[in-house]
Amino acid sequence: MKHLLSIADLAPEEITSILDTAVSMHEVQDRQVKKLPTLRGRTVINFFFEDSTRTRASFEIAGKWMSADTINLTGKGTSVSKGESLRDTVLTIDAMGVDMMIIRHPASGAPAQIADWVDCSIVNAGDGTHEHPSQALLDAYTLRRSLGELEGRHVAIVGDLTHSRVLRSNLLCLRALGAHVTLVAPPTLMPSGVHAWAAADGFDVSYDLDEVLPQVDAVMMLRVQRERMSGGYFPTAKEYAVTYGLTPRRLGLLQDHAVICHPGPMNRGLEISADAADAARSLVLDQVSAGVAVRMSILYHLLAGEGDAQ
Amino acid sequence: MSPARDRDAAPPQQPVDLGGREVLTDDDIQRALTRIAHEILEGNKGPQDLVLLGIPTRGVPLAHRLAAAIAGVEGAQVPTGSLDITMYRDDLRTQPTRAPEPMSVPSGGVDGKVVVLVDDVLYSGRTVRAALDSLADLGRPSAVRLAVLVDRGHRELPIRADYVGKNLPTSRSERVMVRLQDCDDVEGVWIA
Repeated sequence: MKHLLSIADLAPEEITSILDTAVSMHEVQDRQVKKLPTLRGRTVINFFFEDSTRTRASFEIAGKWMSADTINLTGKGTSVSKGESLRDTVLTIDAMGVDMMIIRHPASGAPAQIADWVDCSIVNAGDGTHEHPSQALLDAYTLRRSLGELEGRHVAIVGDLTHSRVLRSNLLCLRALGAHVTLVAPPTLMPSGVHAWAAADGFDVSYDLDEVLPQVDAVMMLRVQRERMSGGYFPTAKEYAVTYGLTPRRLGLLQDHAVICHPGPMNRGLEISADAADAARSLVLDQVSAGVAVRMSILYHLLAGEGDAQ
Repeated sequence: MSPARDRDAAPPQQPVDLGGREVLTDDDIQRALTRIAHEILEGNKGPQDLVLLGIPTRGVPLAHRLAAAIAGVEGAQVPTGSLDITMYRDDLRTQPTRAPEPMSVPSGGVDGKVVVLVDDVLYSGRTVRAALDSLADLGRPSAVRLAVLVDRGHRELPIRADYVGKNLPTSRSERVMVRLQDCDDVEGVWIA
């Protein structure tokens, strides 16, 4: 494994292996000395062309806890704002001798394109509306910790699916692990061609959240991405909250053991009510804490073994 | 008894691996562990403050067996766990990525304790070096000892064992194979 660009590149055994390693990495979080010498002498660049709190911070913490040298760059404040092309910018960074670039970019496919240009490892930390593989891995890790093996489990993914890279990665990851997935969204926020896709990849599609909720083991609420919308997807925020939000009433429809996920950042009162976000069955903060462990595992699998820097 | 006792019969699990000479039988292993348990208690003047940490894979069942032997002598349960050293290895870059083993440190921690590291074979000493680094990140034991079932020589670092089941002079080209009932279904030490 040299790059992590898409969950589709991973075999189910590789996904399981990353999740298993993350269990060991999670234990480091409870130590007094949070430091492993594993990636000593390796240099990791976080290159974020889009805003991020948890992904960037947790990749940086993951690198530091494994003794890699981590550096953060953003689109603003680099030569990108002076008009340098993406190719020239990443070739410049690559020429400094870094071992890995973790890329977030608003254009779908940018990390894969960059992987063709440079010699170092590339991790896709979210590209446009395409994929966000590390998020899917940490979601699977969190669900596995709380529900056990995901084979045969039923997960609903609800919300703004058209604009969601988290959806694509999660769908691939959950299906690879054998979970049953149902997508729920208003027709305007369903990806186009979803029915053909669902028939090909074996998942369900529904427009009725009340009908789906009583059947699921986990419900994953996705953020309504106003920054990617140019209006007209739903009449008002209030109406969206009533028809597709996880309201206090809908909490009562869930089975007793069912859990709630949200990749963050949350629009409280829109796709998720405060009651749901702060409920005992909400795994939102577990997802954040798992994020560091899973990203340590990703760095380990991509950087620690042979097959690079020969 | 297990078919491994017969030197000519190939054990069922690893018929190819274990073609060599059996140098310790399952009874020999148990006797060695019982002696080491006594030596640990003698050196520590009792079971107080002892913590046994096995190094995966086969150090872990050995540590639990030592704990059982100590319990048999003194009636005291010594906290026992496992110490995974994968993240501390110095050959990570030259090997395929390996998955770390589960780690369990007894709830009392290691601060101020006498930690006995337990492994099956002592060879280059690099595993023990990694274990010492890992231990330093967990806390500050008052002392660290090393117990091994087999010492086969060829040290590459200034490390020696405090308790040895058997000193086994070998050449570098030979292989020493430890098999334990807990993880292999057969038990004994073979050299090939």
